[in-house]
Amino acid sequence: MEHKIRVLVAKPGLDGHDRGAKVIARALRDAGMEVIYTGLQQTPAMIIEAALQEDVDVIGLSILSGAHMTLLPKVSQLLREQAMDDVLVVVGGIISDADATILKRDHGVAAVYGPGASMQEIVSFIREHAGSGRVS
Amino acid sequence: MNNLDSATLAAQLLGGHRHALARAITLAETGGAEARALLGAVYPHTGGALVVGVTGAPGAGKSTFVNALAQHWRAAGRTIAILAVDPSSPFSGGAILGDRIRMQPLGGDPGVFVRSMASRGRLGGIAHATDDAVALMDAAGFDVVVIETVGAGQSEVEIAATAPTTVVIETPGTGDDVQSIKAGILEIADVFVVNKADREGADSVIRNLQTMLRLAERSVSSWMPPVLPAVALRGEGIAAIAATIDQHYAYMLQGERLRVHAQARVERALALSVQELAVTRARAHGGGATWRQLVERVIARQIDPYSAADVLLDAP
Ligand SMILES: Nc1nc2c(ncn2[C@@H]2O[C@H](COP(=O)(O)OP(=O)(O)OP(=O)(O)O)[C@@H](O)[C@H]2O)c(=O)[nH]1
Ligand SMILES: [Mg+2]
Repeated sequence: MEHKIRVLVAKPGLDGHDRGAKVIARALRDAGMEVIYTGLQQTPAMIIEAALQEDVDVIGLSILSGAHMTLLPKVSQLLREQAMDDVLVVVGGIISDADATILKRDHGVAAVYGPGASMQEIVSFIREHAGSGRVS
Repeated sequence: MNNLDSATLAAQLLGGHRHALARAITLAETGGAEARALLGAVYPHTGGALVVGVTGAPGAGKSTFVNALAQHWRAAGRTIAILAVDPSSPFSGGAILGDRIRMQPLGGDPGVFVRSMASRGRLGGIAHATDDAVALMDAAGFDVVVIETVGAGQSEVEIAATAPTTVVIETPGTGDDVQSIKAGILEIADVFVVNKADREGADSVIRNLQTMLRLAERSVSSWMPPVLPAVALRGEGIAAIAATIDQHYAYMLQGERLRVHAQARVERALALSVQELAVTRARAHGGGATWRQLVERVIARQIDPYSAADVLLDAP
């Protein structure tokens, strides 16, 4: 059986709603991927633990709280500590271009998507890069 | 840990390395020669875990219950691996696996390992992949392995075949008359849990199940499945259920019971493995040419599919 792309979709931080995360989870499922959905208010440590146990190729995070500059460096640091650098990290949320540049350059984030991003774009990016970690 | 060979992976897994267990399950799911070598290497180290199946209708509270049960066992010092199986979408082949949401209280504990698995469109249903993942978790040294599957059609029968002890979860409010209890469920349940006992109607579900169990034919010495209430959300009733699971396992350990269960499981696993290997080899024979030619000949009605299969299996 061919390897299915496995994606952990999580919603770190303290803001309440996970509509965006659910929409992306469904889009990825409809694209034939296996989505492990972990729900709200995940800490970076919880996300990494789940990603390790589930052996995912991709971590997709939805962050609307504005805490991306504290959460994402922590996520990438923990991934390195666990020798999981081959896991692709993709982020959706309201993130300025300046922050996105720093996250991609210094913190192992492969792609940042704003509220207007098309699902098709995200799906193709993940298909192409799953399991390859940082995209150069 | 990108290019691990199966021997290294097996050694790390047997040493209790969590990442190795995670990678090993992925490898087993994908299948192939490396996966078979891995299973071969760990198989002699299996058999130590108590394996418990948990099944029931969608939304019955299976994951919430498994979470509460795992917390109870952790407090008693036992380590637990959980395999949560959900159906794949028949249209895309993808899946959303959401059981972890209810198991968040187990996070951060090295004595717990949770893995979600999609049923995929597998030959022989989920049985094969489930058996393999359970064997890997068992070999990794967990005291208890719990399998959660949605009770729909064939999967609950398969879980009963994999796990010596099967817990079936019912709930009030799904129509509490006798007819609503699904056919076949009496045969596979070793323990009935009526979850959401905080809701109205739990008592009558319990009574109806007990009546049906009394009417069902069984030999005098055989196990009578207890029917126990639970409020999984609040951890109520869990201690009594955990004790009953241990009692059932003790019952299985008497005489030949565990061996009889193992024989049925192994015969099924063996039959599936033979099928899989036979198909793989038949397709590969003559670089794939034999298969293709026979397909053409069957289409042209020069030969029937049964005779074509004979040709493939007898091919040198
Ligand atoms: N009232 C009440 N609700 C409960 C109880 N246990 C679980 N629930 C709720 O039932 C819903 C489903 O719970 P889950 O544990 O996800 O059920 P499940 O059987 O694992 O569901 P699937 O895996 O989707 O089939 C959730 O909203 C739970 O909070 C209980 O004892 N009482
Ligand atoms: Mg569940």
